[in-house]
Amino acid sequence: MFSSLLVANRGEIACRVLRTAKALGIRTIAVYSEADANALHVELADEAIAIGPSAAAASYLSIPAMVAAIRSSGAEAVHPGYGFLSENAGFARAVEEAGAVWVGPRPETIEAVGDKRAARDVMAAAGVPVNDGGPVTPGPEALAVADRAGFPVMVKAAAGGGGIGMRIVEDRDDLVDAVAATSAQAERFFGDGSILVERYLPDARHVELQVLGLADGRVAVLGERDCSVQRRYQKVLEETPSPGVSPELRGRMVAAVRAGAEHIGYRNAGTFECLVSGEDFVFLEVNARLQVEHPVTEEVTGIDLVAEQLRVAAEEPPGFEPDVVAMRGHAIELRVYAEDSARFLPRPGTISSYQEPEGPGIRVDGGFRAGDAITPFYDPLVAKLVVHGGDREQAIERARAAVDGFRIDGLTTNLGFLAEVLDDPQFRAGTYDTGLVSRLRG
Amino acid sequence: MTEMRAEMAANVWKIVVEEGASVAAGDTLVILESMKMEIPVEAEVAGTVHLCVEEGQAIGEDEPIVTIT
Repeated sequence: MFSSLLVANRGEIACRVLRTAKALGIRTIAVYSEADANALHVELADEAIAIGPSAAAASYLSIPAMVAAIRSSGAEAVHPGYGFLSENAGFARAVEEAGAVWVGPRPETIEAVGDKRAARDVMAAAGVPVNDGGPVTPGPEALAVADRAGFPVMVKAAAGGGGIGMRIVEDRDDLVDAVAATSAQAERFFGDGSILVERYLPDARHVELQVLGLADGRVAVLGERDCSVQRRYQKVLEETPSPGVSPELRGRMVAAVRAGAEHIGYRNAGTFECLVSGEDFVFLEVNARLQVEHPVTEEVTGIDLVAEQLRVAAEEPPGFEPDVVAMRGHAIELRVYAEDSARFLPRPGTISSYQEPEGPGIRVDGGFRAGDAITPFYDPLVAKLVVHGGDREQAIERARAAVDGFRIDGLTTNLGFLAEVLDDPQFRAGTYDTGLVSRLRG
Repeated sequence: MTEMRAEMAANVWKIVVEEGASVAAGDTLVILESMKMEIPVEAEVAGTVHLCVEEGQAIGEDEPIVTIT
């Protein structure tokens, strides 16, 4: 195993990666921007290096700043977390050129799946079902692709992520403008205005599979996560197993995703996102990194995914037996955001007091404490409340009590909204789809 | 005079209208960015715009963005 690890991230995910690294006896190195000088992840690490101003572009998104930190700390390995530079093949290569090991998928894999158009083609070639549609360029010719897919369609940035650069178009007359607007937004956020148009499935569930490509070349598929509870195409609550996936469908999805991952020689952790409609599914995209919602998979499998990422990167065998992974019980993750849930608008602020809930099956992956500011510079995630139960009903009951027991003062959070979701009859019945939140706010 | 203030701490990403422009209610005046989200600020009333911010500026909650007369 590595003797030292630099975590190129902040907030809860930096704290979560640091905890596993410490448990494995690895010397830990944090990085921080000016806004994060007193952050919890800085306190948790053995060493911390300043990487620049508060704006992410000048710090957490700056490859030169990160490389300087890697060189000066002598870090043996680098974990990128999620977001920021985690899916940047150029950064993965820069890490290796700086003499450190990249804890993530190979740079070629990040490139191959980072463009949603290319990922769609390569998965189709491996026999994975894909949605109707295809790439378009801004202009009237996009209409032909949309007509073939059939309205309504989803217009999305090929390089997009985090729910940014996606638009549903119901009306044929709006398509050309929507493609142009999405392309301009994608250019600004991702430096790439390429666009994909696909059929939009209004009653679909968003179901993703956790993949771990092992050092010996085998691919472990560690079940699914249902991520259908979303606002602004960003996830609010995730659970596993999905109440909308039958054992037969799960079997087909696992087999297809395994074939797709083996086809591209997938290594380390990744998520294959799919849409499920009835007993059918189509592939959406690959997230070539650790996912925000990875803890629900950890709770039902008992596998520490960060530890396994480190083992793969260190060319070590896995800490579990990939052929006999048993799923125990049910797990739910609730994302606690600094936001006003009436309109889902961000609400930066300062935490005056902070008390996490405790009890059987409750885990909190947090990144902040009383006195910390949640600034406008970064995303609004404050903590992830993860609850495990013997079955779905018990997990929901525990989650509901834990939401009430989570005290965050001084900051506007969505805890009340999370309670609303857990109390919703459609959510309780497990029959919800990606339209749940808009129906609650309808 | 109608003063429009920031609902949350944010950075001014883009100013869409020019100083002194005549706008209708509902026109987008400024686009803020906070926590990775673009937040358009739309005119509450029709009138003439007077800008209180510049592109790239950081503003706090409740600080004025524009006045409309």
